[in-house]
Amino acid sequence: MIRLASSLKTALAAFLLAAFAFVLIGPLANLALWSVAERWYTPYKLPVVYGTRYWEQVFRPTGDAMASLGTSVWIAVLTVVVALALSIPAGYALARLKLPARALFMVLFLLPQAFPSVAIYINVARVFYQLGINGTVFAVVLVHAAHGLVYSVWIAAAAFGAVDKDLELAARNIGASPMKTFFSVTLPLAAPGIIASGIFVFLESLDEFTGTFFVGVPQVTTLPLLLYNAAMGGNYQVASITALILLVPSVLFMLFIERFLRADVLAKVGA
Amino acid sequence: MQPVTQARTGSGSAIAVRGLQVAYGGTRVLHGVDLDFAPGSFTALLGSSGCGKTTLLRSLSGFVPVESGSIVVGGSNVAGLPPEKRGMAMVFQSYALWPHMTVLQNIGYGLKLRGRSKAEIAAKVGEMLRFLGLAGYEDRKVTALSGGQRQRVALGRALAIDPGILLLDEPLSNLDAKIRMVMRHEIRSIQQRLGLTAVHVTHDREEAMTMADRLVIMQAGRVAQVGTPEEVYDHPASAFVANFMGAENVLPLVVTQGEGQASVAAGEARAILTGAPASALPAGETLAYFRDDVARLGAPDAPAAGGDLVVPGTIAARAYPGGVYRYKVEAAGRQITVDDADRHELGTKVGLRIPLQRLHIFPASEAGISA
Repeated sequence: MIRLASSLKTALAAFLLAAFAFVLIGPLANLALWSVAERWYTPYKLPVVYGTRYWEQVFRPTGDAMASLGTSVWIAVLTVVVALALSIPAGYALARLKLPARALFMVLFLLPQAFPSVAIYINVARVFYQLGINGTVFAVVLVHAAHGLVYSVWIAAAAFGAVDKDLELAARNIGASPMKTFFSVTLPLAAPGIIASGIFVFLESLDEFTGTFFVGVPQVTTLPLLLYNAAMGGNYQVASITALILLVPSVLFMLFIERFLRADVLAKVGA
Repeated sequence: MQPVTQARTGSGSAIAVRGLQVAYGGTRVLHGVDLDFAPGSFTALLGSSGCGKTTLLRSLSGFVPVESGSIVVGGSNVAGLPPEKRGMAMVFQSYALWPHMTVLQNIGYGLKLRGRSKAEIAAKVGEMLRFLGLAGYEDRKVTALSGGQRQRVALGRALAIDPGILLLDEPLSNLDAKIRMVMRHEIRSIQQRLGLTAVHVTHDREEAMTMADRLVIMQAGRVAQVGTPEEVYDHPASAFVANFMGAENVLPLVVTQGEGQASVAAGEARAILTGAPASALPAGETLAYFRDDVARLGAPDAPAAGGDLVVPGTIAARAYPGGVYRYKVEAAGRQITVDDADRHELGTKVGLRIPLQRLHIFPASEAGISA
């Protein structure tokens, strides 16, 4: 009786594990398969002709994919610069200074996420048209930065909050100015959190679709837009390869978080 | 302890604190403190938590803004200056070593700020580490050091900038007992060799008494008493100080002043005190404070001789902390703790023999903490 129960349990566990693996790995395997399928049509369950033709097409220096990858990375880098330039001072202020409406400030950065993004981006696009910046990289960077600020400010505030005040006072005490203290003690100690928030913003920007679609098209083509076009055009190979490329930075980020971000910083996010 | 190569004498600065008031968010923490710190002196700020001793130290260092009053160092008022302009070096309770720097970088930080060359910094840090018994530790990560080693590095970081004033914020309370004893002597001898003016905050009475040449007892944001360890221990100025310095037994007494003598009564028990000590006693309702080793246990009907008060009582509890027995005696409606060499059974009737000379007697109205 007991043996039966335990073997049932094992079977159930194995089934759940297999289901989990299928849900997780299934789509990825499908992507990988599509990326090397040169010809694949019904009724065949597997590709008819395998090959790396589409990989070559994507990575050809003159190809659309490389150009939009370049655009994507450039926009992401600029977004990180803008977001960090705002979130380092804002995060420090929220963590250290006694601001009267601290909670209000924290919520303020959350607002762009609080409303349906399509509604917001349509209006943003309208305003950008009036300003004449629609369809520029600058406009896309602004939209991405507004989107990324909530994470970067909250994470930066947590990272600064986790730095023991005595460490700053010790530097002041033996002769460092507030500025010197910030750059030699506070910022280096908060750096892992700040870097993580930068990477997060980078990934968000790389991945962003809706905002780019409304304020960037048709002049600015990022990787997600290319993926969208390829998928809509029935070119599953290019879409799959693009998706796989987009996957790489996310995996690297997870490894970084796991390796460098201390639990006490993570615990303070949003606090 | 390594020989001191940079031995100097009298390099400490004098500090004069006048009418210092400090408040945190509307709550006054220091109510007008006046204190002088002589060059080269070692002063311990002693008090229970919340008495303002740490606030006083932090206002000296500039970490806490001063509401009013002055802090004069070397002839100029530094009360309005930021911490980096005060020339005081602090050792923190948490050590506050920078975990992203090596031992060399931690100790050399202040020198680097002062524009010294790399070679100069390396030489000075090397000397400091030899001085602290940590020779060759330059490239260690501070996170890889033990508590005692970290505290030495923190001390080295403070001393490296040749400060005139050394501030010690409970630097030993995170160390275990054995290392704490060693560090007490090390800090004291370093302070003496360098001739620094040291201000040490602690809640540990024994630590304060063994390290400092002057104690400042603080109570609720005010200075309760200033004096040498002997003065404060043997002649407490108030009931609070007596109690804080370990005189935890409280006995209500009625004092009647007569011609050249005073009559002291505790319930039925009476004793006569004559001469100068008698005239110094406050008359009327008083409270006497005394330590565990003051009273002796005798027969309940022993005669009250030689200015001793003999109060009848009953033994209520006994413990053996080592060397002597420690009794709780019910006497005059109070529980009195008494150390005695002999073993007595619980419930025994005894006479508490209390020498009047060793009591700290204060008027009952002044003694706020009537137990």
